[in-house]
Amino acid sequence: MSEVVLTGVVKRYGPVTALDGVDLTVPAGELTAVLGPSGCGKTTLLRCLAGFERLDAGEIRLDGRAVAGGGRHVPTHRRRIAVVPQEGALFPHLSVAANIGYGLDRAARRGDRVDEVLALVGLAGYGDRMPHQLSGGQQQRVAVARALAPRPSLVLLDEPFSALDAGLRAGLRHDIREALRADGATGVLVTHDQGEALSVADRVVVLRAGRVVQAGPPTTIYREPADPWVAGFVGDAVLLPAVAEAGSARTPLGAIPITGASSSGAVTVLLRPEQVRIVPSARPGTVPATVLRHDFHGHDALVGLRLADGTRITARILDDAATAPVGADVAVRVDGTARAWPA
Amino acid sequence: MASTAAVAVAVVPLAYLGVRTAEAGLDRIVAELWTGRVAWLSLRSLGLAAVVTSACVLLGVGSAYLVTRTDLPGRRFFAVLAALPLAVPTYIAAFAWVSAFDGLAGFWPAALVLTLCSYPYVFLPVAAALRGADPAQEEVSRSLGRGGWQTFTRVTLRQIRPATAAGALLVALYVLSDFGAVAILRTDTFTRAIFVAFDLGFDRTGALVLSSVLVLLTLLLLTGETVTRRRGARYARLGGARRAAARLRLGPARWPALAGLLGVAALALGVPAVSLARRLVAGVSRPGALAEVAAAAGNSLVLALAGAALTMLLALPLGLLTARAPGPLTTVLDRLAYLSHALPGVVVGLSLIFFGINVAYPLYQTTWLLALAYATLFLPLAVGSVAGAAAQAPPGLEEVARSLGRGPWGVLRTVTLPLTLPGIGAGAALVFLTGMKELPATLLLRPTGTDTLATELWTNTAVGAYAAATPYAALLVVISALPTWLLVARSGLLDKDDR
Repeated sequence: MSEVVLTGVVKRYGPVTALDGVDLTVPAGELTAVLGPSGCGKTTLLRCLAGFERLDAGEIRLDGRAVAGGGRHVPTHRRRIAVVPQEGALFPHLSVAANIGYGLDRAARRGDRVDEVLALVGLAGYGDRMPHQLSGGQQQRVAVARALAPRPSLVLLDEPFSALDAGLRAGLRHDIREALRADGATGVLVTHDQGEALSVADRVVVLRAGRVVQAGPPTTIYREPADPWVAGFVGDAVLLPAVAEAGSARTPLGAIPITGASSSGAVTVLLRPEQVRIVPSARPGTVPATVLRHDFHGHDALVGLRLADGTRITARILDDAATAPVGADVAVRVDGTARAWPA
Repeated sequence: MASTAAVAVAVVPLAYLGVRTAEAGLDRIVAELWTGRVAWLSLRSLGLAAVVTSACVLLGVGSAYLVTRTDLPGRRFFAVLAALPLAVPTYIAAFAWVSAFDGLAGFWPAALVLTLCSYPYVFLPVAAALRGADPAQEEVSRSLGRGGWQTFTRVTLRQIRPATAAGALLVALYVLSDFGAVAILRTDTFTRAIFVAFDLGFDRTGALVLSSVLVLLTLLLLTGETVTRRRGARYARLGGARRAAARLRLGPARWPALAGLLGVAALALGVPAVSLARRLVAGVSRPGALAEVAAAAGNSLVLALAGAALTMLLALPLGLLTARAPGPLTTVLDRLAYLSHALPGVVVGLSLIFFGINVAYPLYQTTWLLALAYATLFLPLAVGSVAGAAAQAPPGLEEVARSLGRGPWGVLRTVTLPLTLPGIGAGAALVFLTGMKELPATLLLRPTGTDTLATELWTNTAVGAYAAATPYAALLVVISALPTWLLVARSGLLDKDDR
């Protein structure tokens, strides 16, 4: 159980600044997701944590002990930070058990820690297999078990699910999160998949162009994003121009209670599509709209709508079949409060 | 630093050649160059290269298409058969033909023998390209209304053009640098003229000038190769899973196709095999034959071992650097090493003789100067193996190992070495076996009185003692068959992906 604290971390590759002053705390025993678009510096952050790269400025402290920064660079093998790379990177010449035992000392290898972590990732009895005899998902599980085995201070997961197909990914994601939790490990998961970050992590850190834009619990990131970019990056967003006045905003959808911007004046308002309700006919508190399109996703659907003044919005509905067809005139209302930023 | 040393070894002969040639003075060089003989030699050498290369492209592309893209019966068998001529060094094939048809000599026999020995250099890359080519392009061409023949000429042939060009240039370089076959078949080309001028005429300046001209021709060809390679980048496939192309149904045309492949195999493999088998009994039963063969084999072994050891020592840093730190410097180092690979063995041998006499006299007439020649000749072979082996242990694996708490030495011992040693070992074996059958440099540089398998074959053939030469030839074929097998096994020709 270790806390990791990054202060003002800067990493440059020639003229490119990959990390531009990152401040970040990873609480002990939790799984923190670092989320960002490709090229935002998240893999560089992970490589700096692991000690594969030297910092140009700033400091990394592990349990209060500085491991990087201020001229100090503790080499990777003395940091007790285990890595799970994208494709697993199992040692092809070692059996599953030998892969898992790689980070253990001789005595521990003979003990039952190898079997313990194998069971933890749901692969009890697979110790004698060779890596090439495993499926992609199983290889990834072994890579996680290998990282957990020596009880490292921190486990770094570098998009460990991206090479797997969607069906497998959800199950593996859940199992690995449980395995980390059962072992009391502190983890950092790097990903560009906002669904993955929101669903597995205890905390999400959004990275953009080498800087932390926002950090917090998944619900906060989703409901109270720091800016419109984060709002759009972590989920479907309806952004509306509005005028704020005394805790409420006048929008094309009527007056909506807002959080965030306290001042009055022009603001941008965020609604999530699930806050937009479609009702069959107009009644007080609704506005008329025309159905433009249906995007059916199986478990739910997004309906594109146009308001009378031409504003386009989307609504998330659960029962696609029961909704009005394209071209139909309906009415919409808004549930809950909206996040607002000064425009 | 170590890699620079390795490349220095590779280019010393070339640099030395230039220096010594320049020392002869401009007048002398011009006098040597502007003779009817040099013009005649150039014509013959280039003519031979052109004839053999065209024939190899025809044979290589044709048989590659037949075995990879048609329903020809026994195509996997023919695929192996078409690669096997690589196991017959050209001087042994030439010897076998001379021993079968006494008095065979001249330009066209040499062209025939060289074609039969070197068409696998076109066949192997083209077969691999045909297997790897994206069948979707042919399907698109068909769907746009092009017939089978038009699709073949407009799409398929263009897909394999980089592979064909690379193979053809390899053949051309090989023909220019070949010494054994043209010498045994008494065809005057640059290599033979260089050897004769030096060995019989003691005409150093003449030999040096001729060598320089040959190096220039080689450089010209290499430049051509670089240009095609650069163009080849445009043909890279754009993602997508590998899928086998539909096979062409030959119908009744399969009989002439079969007859053609069988005929080529009979000429390329059958004639040498029958010719060697016929004389082997007589050769082995001569008094003292076995002792002589054993002594020569022992010498070959020692020389090849020394060569392989030196070559691997130099290749290790260069190969690791090529695999781990690709950059402009590595590319230059890599190219320089390959340049020396294209140098004819005669030229390398000759320049090392002058180098030995004038610069490193203690090495002259020792095993080590010959080992240095092998290192110069086979460095690219070894560097390729080392770089391939290093790719087996990608940096990602080492990073994971470090993150699990192992220090640099622990990682080297438990991850890097176990993964790379097999490939490095295979590379060393390849260099060793190739060194066993090397002829021209060995002829020029062997310590006096040291006879190897290749030189004994040469000496006996020169005096027409074919029976006495046969045991050496047979043993050399066996030795050359091993690396060929490795090559065939790696090329994927044996993979079962037939539908």
